[in-house]
Amino acid sequence: MTPLLHLRDVTAFYGPVQALFGVTLNLAEGEVLALMGRNGMGKTTTIATVLRLLAHSGGEVRFAGVDLHAMPSHRVARLGIGLVPEGRRCFGPLSVAENLTVAARPGPWDMARICALFPRLQDRMAQPAKTLSGGEQQMLAIGRALMTNPRLLVLDEATEGLAPIVRQEIWAGVRHLRAAGQSILVVDKSLAELAAIADRAVILERGATVWSGNFADLTPQIANRYLGV
Amino acid sequence: MGKGVKGMARETLLTLAILSALLGTVIVAQITGEGFVITLATKVAIFALAGVGLNLALGYGGLVSFGHAAFFGIGGYVTGILASHAGAGTAVTTLPFALMGSNEMLGIWPMAMLAAGAAALLIGALSLRTSGVYFIMVTLAFAQMLFYFAISWPRYGGEDGLSFYVRNSFPGLNTLVPVQYFAICMALLVLALILSAALVRSRFGLALQAARQNEQRAAAVGIRPYALRLVAFVISGMITGLAGSLYADLNRFVSPAMMSWHMSGEIMVFVILGGVGRLAGPVAGAAVFILLEHLLGGVSEYWKALLGLLLLAIVLFAPGGLIGLVLRRDRHV
Repeated sequence: MTPLLHLRDVTAFYGPVQALFGVTLNLAEGEVLALMGRNGMGKTTTIATVLRLLAHSGGEVRFAGVDLHAMPSHRVARLGIGLVPEGRRCFGPLSVAENLTVAARPGPWDMARICALFPRLQDRMAQPAKTLSGGEQQMLAIGRALMTNPRLLVLDEATEGLAPIVRQEIWAGVRHLRAAGQSILVVDKSLAELAAIADRAVILERGATVWSGNFADLTPQIANRYLGV
Repeated sequence: MGKGVKGMARETLLTLAILSALLGTVIVAQITGEGFVITLATKVAIFALAGVGLNLALGYGGLVSFGHAAFFGIGGYVTGILASHAGAGTAVTTLPFALMGSNEMLGIWPMAMLAAGAAALLIGALSLRTSGVYFIMVTLAFAQMLFYFAISWPRYGGEDGLSFYVRNSFPGLNTLVPVQYFAICMALLVLALILSAALVRSRFGLALQAARQNEQRAAAVGIRPYALRLVAFVISGMITGLAGSLYADLNRFVSPAMMSWHMSGEIMVFVILGGVGRLAGPVAGAAVFILLEHLLGGVSEYWKALLGLLLLAIVLFAPGGLIGLVLRRDRHV
């Protein structure tokens, strides 16, 4: 069966500096794939190449069988990839409702469903996004990505820098999405939380895939070797 | 009620207050027989309308166009050309179809807006492929091309401009009566403000603002910045073109000066002075500009030096413009 997301030997550069040296991964529909690796190993860059925010110079990036080469970012997003970027990055001056409205595309996800997933947002609808707490902004970033009704949700460090109680709230939301059959590519440092949701994992080191397999097969030895835990 | 909604409500109230002040000034002037003040207020309404057009592109789309005088001038020239041919009873052109002159505002405005919109589509399609200082330069270059074309167009007055001796007509009104012409300009300004407010709060307007804040982030949720900006630029050009048409009728005269970079700068000053991305910004900016011109213009011909200082102070200490000063911390795009 054609994987929903397929990367094969992807290479990419930031100007003259090579950042990816051969990333390979496959994500099937309905699957949760954890993209792992220490800091600076190319996880966010890999996501940038998937969204075409950074052009890959070699290899192949396909989504639902469509070659994303030379496709502009907005078309990639419209194909059905919803990004929750690192550092939240909501549209600060726009209100919560406006942040959600601006991303809305036809599908089952609407504002009411987002509020059911993250009830905190309900009371903040008219508030400018920049005045929300970090956790609420993260919930809004996830909500905004879901409003695009994506086939694939990409979470890049969705819980970084948040208070433990807020992280729990966000992970609960992600677990709910998984149970609903949402395909997710997730980058995070919390092995325990990833273990609870991820079907498979891919580990990057120095911009290349060095390990991939079922999450259950990720032994402490492998984690220690590539993730330093 | 959230802060954002409260801010919008306060901005709407302030807009209504400014428009009421302008209307009140005209009512008092009408009672006291100060026709000149009514003409000044009409000029404020027309310049504000031009600013409302630019504000859509600049304030909400982040497009620093230094060529909006092109649309202002095109609107003016369409009006002048149609009116002068109507006066002479001749056709503007016979090929590819016969186009007769007109002195009906309701017929002239759509043509002025269409011509300005077509120019905006062409200029925008090319200039929006660039950004930053290059965008400013490309828009300026197009406006200057049209300026020099108008100068070297002897059929319509060339450098001397084109006069038409009767103001165009509007059904049921005597447009030569200052207060009635003011009413037309004011009504169009209010309509443009309503359209602008509706656009800004629509999904289109939100996407335009999102793309202004961060193009990549906007693209990541499926927004195509180029198409959005082009549509905004065309609507912006059409509104400014309508203002140019009204300005031509106010003076019963059009000249290449309407397309000069000075005019582009002045329209930009209205917006920056009043508040970039503020609904009533261009109205407040145009009013203060005309007021300063009237009060200080008689004292010294160097009154624009003072305007420059005021503009400098606004940019340095009140980036939200005069409206931002009043509304303080309320939402500002």
